[in-house]
Amino acid sequence: MTAPSELKAYRRKLDLRAGRVDMSHGSGGRAMADLITGIFRAAFANKFLDQGNDQASLPMPTGGRLVMTTDGYVVSPLFFPGGDIGSLAVHGTINDVAMAGAKPLYLSASFIIEEGFAFADLKRIADSMGAASRESGVPVVTGDTKVVERGKADGVFIATAGIGVVPDGISLSGDRAAPGDAVLISGSIGDHGVAIMSSRENLEFETAIVSDSAALHGLVAAMLDAAGAQIKLLRDPTRGGLAATLNELAQQSGVGFRIDEAAIPVKSQVAAACELLGLDPLFVANEGKLVAVVDAEAAVALLAAMRAHPLGRDAAIIGRVVADAQRFVQMTTAFGGGRIVDWLSGEQLPRIC
Amino acid sequence: MKYVDEYRDGALARRIADTIAAEVVCERSYAFMEFCGGHTHAISRYGIEDMLPPGLRMIHGPGCPVCVLPVGRIDDAIRLARSPAVTLCTYADMMRVPGSKGGSLLKAKAAGADIRMIYSSLDAVRIAEAEPGREVVFFAIGFETTTPPTAIALRAAIAKGLRNFSIFCNHVLTPVAMRAILEAPAEPGAPPVAIDGFVGPAHVSTVIGMAPYHEFAETYRKPVVIAGFEPLDVMQAILMLVRQVNTQRAEVENQYIRAVTAAGNLTAQVLCAEIFAVREAFEWRGLGVVPASALRLRDAYADYDAERRFEIHTVHADDNPACECPAILRGRKRPAECKLFGTVCTPETPMGACMVSSEGACAAHWSYGRFREHQRLAS
Amino acid sequence: MCLAIPALVVELLPEQMARISLDGVTKTISVALVDNVAPGDYVIVHVGHALSRIDAEEAARTLALFAEAGRLMQAASA
Repeated sequence: MTAPSELKAYRRKLDLRAGRVDMSHGSGGRAMADLITGIFRAAFANKFLDQGNDQASLPMPTGGRLVMTTDGYVVSPLFFPGGDIGSLAVHGTINDVAMAGAKPLYLSASFIIEEGFAFADLKRIADSMGAASRESGVPVVTGDTKVVERGKADGVFIATAGIGVVPDGISLSGDRAAPGDAVLISGSIGDHGVAIMSSRENLEFETAIVSDSAALHGLVAAMLDAAGAQIKLLRDPTRGGLAATLNELAQQSGVGFRIDEAAIPVKSQVAAACELLGLDPLFVANEGKLVAVVDAEAAVALLAAMRAHPLGRDAAIIGRVVADAQRFVQMTTAFGGGRIVDWLSGEQLPRIC
Repeated sequence: MKYVDEYRDGALARRIADTIAAEVVCERSYAFMEFCGGHTHAISRYGIEDMLPPGLRMIHGPGCPVCVLPVGRIDDAIRLARSPAVTLCTYADMMRVPGSKGGSLLKAKAAGADIRMIYSSLDAVRIAEAEPGREVVFFAIGFETTTPPTAIALRAAIAKGLRNFSIFCNHVLTPVAMRAILEAPAEPGAPPVAIDGFVGPAHVSTVIGMAPYHEFAETYRKPVVIAGFEPLDVMQAILMLVRQVNTQRAEVENQYIRAVTAAGNLTAQVLCAEIFAVREAFEWRGLGVVPASALRLRDAYADYDAERRFEIHTVHADDNPACECPAILRGRKRPAECKLFGTVCTPETPMGACMVSSEGACAAHWSYGRFREHQRLAS
Repeated sequence: MCLAIPALVVELLPEQMARISLDGVTKTISVALVDNVAPGDYVIVHVGHALSRIDAEEAARTLALFAEAGRLMQAASA
């Protein structure tokens, strides 16, 4: 008679080295359960996820207001210098919550995986997400997995949601910029976009630039401590770059901006890569930077608080808000003349002209 | 960046601007055409207009090969790309240029055409070598700066014995276009546009040297100053033009001495002469048909000529009749004077040559300078 | 369509190619159009090809001319 301890578990381990996702992993059966346990639960381990339900039961925060955001991540290539689609998804979602001045509390992650995607790559992404989540102190509490036929997804797409709490007394919003306010940026622009482009096959240039992908909630907390009541809004300049963000804010708040090009921090290799490709750093995406609009009197104190934080060392005051019926973002070039900074037209393709 | 940053110094810019302001003669106005799209872009991007005195105006010329490529040739490229066997390799600038019926290479790509954006002509050769089952066509465009790179690619393809590589050649010539601008007949009732001098192209001149511009100085009595691309170069060149006009000189001067020699790049010139022949005539968007203004592959290279391989017969297509590009390219009108500007015609929905690329006069004005219209109205 | 950038030649490669660097960003380009390119030279790069060499003396002379324009101005107004 076999002793109970000798009974086999009949669980087949995932072949993480050479295995690939197939349609059975999305069908709700044993294969999917194995995938979730072997890759996702292992990477994201936390008490909420470990409840093992289709939803997470979360304690109700006391006081303040709930903040919620949702995002989709479709970056290509999936792995790039300074990060991957997984870490990007965690950082980006946290940042959307943090831009409201909220403390991010929980994340969800939904994976849409292309048939044939390698387990090794999926594990690498999940582990990277898990690490980003732990470093930020924001757990992934619930998730979902779907598999689509070959060719219907570019490897993997990740959709997220994030929840946070913003304390009473803090009310940041894109329509609050007013003439006289100061405009600050937390650091150099263009790093993420250049890092992505350097990984794209058809462009082939080598650079030491890495993506600036980072969770900004710690920096935001420091900023709120220093000047919370006087900050009007925060926004992270992702796709479309600083130019898109300033134009969005101009429209939302019904104002104009006057920016000083010489004050905008740009790393020399980013400037060089942009020259080579004929790109303007103003339109290049960032994933670890924020724009802040604040009462003019609080600008210097806010700048000091930002520079004291590791993610704000290169923070700078880059301009001011003005009354402008045309909602122009006008910039004084480093050369001395003036120009406007318009929305990016279409997708920024490398210019050779 | 060495040889870049020093030429963007704001303090030096102010001093040159002051010098220009001091030397312009109050009683007269100055109108200079910068031929090259790269200069148009530099002037807009750095806000150089703000630093010039009121009596001095820059006219934006047609030196943007993306802008002046006629609609019919875009249609040809789109049609080629749609063939299942063809891989069309193109510079990124061409992707969003609209053909007739609203098509573009970008839209064709979205619909499944095999279109590859490349940085260097040699990338097209590499693709042809790596994918022998594909018919690789290189969409070659550009002025004399970009022509030698096409020649190098053809030479490489021949050396590798590639049978699946061809070139759709749309290279155009600078001095011929400058002449066409000067000879443009005045519209009845409209005053002729006086162009007092040219800011000559920077990198076209590294290839062709200074000699081709002498006819403008000698026959047309227009000064030409070849200028580098950096904003200080442009301002220095404008100062040199002002001085020529003030002393009634008409000479070809070289401001871009660090990169342009009088003879130009002989290696490039010899190679291009071997490979290309001048077409009898070529249509330019906005300028009409201009004789002897463009290049085709010589008969010896017929095997590599996409027009022959794919029997391309270009069909002329009209621009929107309200499009004022013909007048704008000649400096007769400003972008804001075109009815379509900013409403129907924007960088997202370009109607004509001047808006299709960021170097066109209208695109540059829209993206960088349109706030000045409001300043003009407000003052 | 003449966007071209001055870059430092770092290394010569086979088949008339070279590695260039612009402030540490490196790329491989063709130098077939410029004779006798050597590491340490600065070349004008356009669409992946070197078109001409930058003459360091003429570059310095150009900067001097910029500065001179300003000096004459100040002298005139003094």
